[in-house]
Amino acid sequence: MTAASPSAAALRTDTAAGTCAPAATVAAAIARARKVGAGRDGLNIFISTNDDDARAHAAASLAQMSDTEPGLLLGVPVSLKDNLATLTLPTSCGSRILSGYVSPYEATAVRKLREAGGIPFGKTNMDEFGMGSSTEHSAYGPTRNPLAPDRVPGGSSGGSAAAVAAGIVPIALGSETGGSVRQPAAFCGIVGVKPTYGRVSRFGLVAFASSLDHVGVLGATVDDAARGLRAIAGYDWLDSTSAELDVPDFHEAGAIAVKGMVIGRPKEYFPESLDPRVRARCDVALEKLRALGAEVRDVSLPHTPLAISAYYIIAPAEASANLARFDGVRYGARIEGDGLLGMYEATRSHGFGAEVTRRILLGTYVLSAGYYDAYYRKAQQVRTLIAADFSKVFASGVDVLFTPTAPTPAFRLGAISDPYEMYLSDIFTVTANLAGVPAMSQPIGRVDGLPVGGQFIAPHFDEMKMFTVAYALERALGVEAHT
Amino acid sequence: MPVSIDDVRQIAALARLGLSDERALTVVAELNSILGHMGALSKVDTSGVEETIGIGARGTPVRSDSGPPFPLAHAISAFAPSVRDGFLLVPRLATHESVDES
Repeated sequence: MTAASPSAAALRTDTAAGTCAPAATVAAAIARARKVGAGRDGLNIFISTNDDDARAHAAASLAQMSDTEPGLLLGVPVSLKDNLATLTLPTSCGSRILSGYVSPYEATAVRKLREAGGIPFGKTNMDEFGMGSSTEHSAYGPTRNPLAPDRVPGGSSGGSAAAVAAGIVPIALGSETGGSVRQPAAFCGIVGVKPTYGRVSRFGLVAFASSLDHVGVLGATVDDAARGLRAIAGYDWLDSTSAELDVPDFHEAGAIAVKGMVIGRPKEYFPESLDPRVRARCDVALEKLRALGAEVRDVSLPHTPLAISAYYIIAPAEASANLARFDGVRYGARIEGDGLLGMYEATRSHGFGAEVTRRILLGTYVLSAGYYDAYYRKAQQVRTLIAADFSKVFASGVDVLFTPTAPTPAFRLGAISDPYEMYLSDIFTVTANLAGVPAMSQPIGRVDGLPVGGQFIAPHFDEMKMFTVAYALERALGVEAHT
Repeated sequence: MPVSIDDVRQIAALARLGLSDERALTVVAELNSILGHMGALSKVDTSGVEETIGIGARGTPVRSDSGPPFPLAHAISAFAPSVRDGFLLVPRLATHESVDES
């Protein structure tokens, strides 16, 4: 069988009924990966796979068949971004410096999806340590967009997005620091969710910028993403920023009507420079929601234009500290040098790629004496203003915001060489990371055959509102979302 | 003030990164280009604005420094590049002798 993966809900039902064996599901995923050319010389979706490991997880998923309720992801294969710690497959973060590293502990999100009956299926390619927007900055080569192989899948969770878009798995886990789930979801024509900061444990997610990092979910549909998020969310003592709050059944949001909901359209996300074809798809989406009885209201988030500047100071600053641990003493590779300091320098210089090196240097600079106040402190103050923009607009009665996810559809591999131009790819997504609010992208149509993503942003811990409008829009658009 | 080659050498040393002369010059240009775009921040009046510390309305709550044991599935020796008798081995700091000679 080489058809695209069934939905998570269908796999769960069929597995629980005994009409679909997890081993057969894994065999189908392996066959699909081969058919679409997921390997290194093709789409280059995975950094590591092990068919026997996947089969073992499939057998283990049956243990989740209890006398009561089957696990939410029973029998569902789920690919994992290679910065999520796993016990049996290596965790490289797309970097040479972690080549051969196998984690001694497991990420909480991975444990939870296994406990829900999910089947870990391969570790996906990514921009090194999550630093990139195209999955071109991987030590293991670039991933290609399954819908247009001459184009990027977005990044940094490009491998996870491609695994879903290629029909290998219905769900993949990714991570976000500035849009690394939503932007690749938009480029690949699938759904990508970044939950509220604290909703999903970051334990076992290799840190890039701790105050901005989130574990996120990519799904073929809104329902796949909702189920994936429900399975991995919840309090975890091992993450000190984890929230002790009940987790709603996000996959039940589809039964809630959008009539009477207020959807904010922030003018800063629809600048004159926005690709008019992207704007047109957004207009169609908003019109669909209006027809369902939602009120669309023009609003303003006035500090949005400062977000990229603040983000690209704060994120590299935190990265320069977090990545100091990769020194050749612990984790992965070591390159001998002249004494201890020489070993540090040789290991790090050889192990990190150009983009990671650039961001470590930028972060070290903005934190250094004489520049801290001008850059880092200022950026953290602006971050407060950006978060306040969201608080004010939601306090005014707006339920969710709607924006484009990215300014353009997927660009060609190698098309962007200027670092700052690449950073602008995140211009509509970094704000949610800076404020910690939940956000998601879903397909709203195509431009020249390339997917366009629309983004919903909701108040802290109110993902249900976001899923409510997402389910409704998905139904209203129907096939229009993919044409 | 623009980033200079001396600045880049200083921060590279702090970050334990080696840069060739050619790469260092490239980094000077890249950092100046990137930081040039950050100038917008300096024009914002942030007097009286608190820096962000915790994320979201709940911030980062303080908790007791105790809890369940750290769930290690493999020994530390399984993931460090060089281990002997349960200790992580590193080169000497001030000499060039290898640890095997100590």
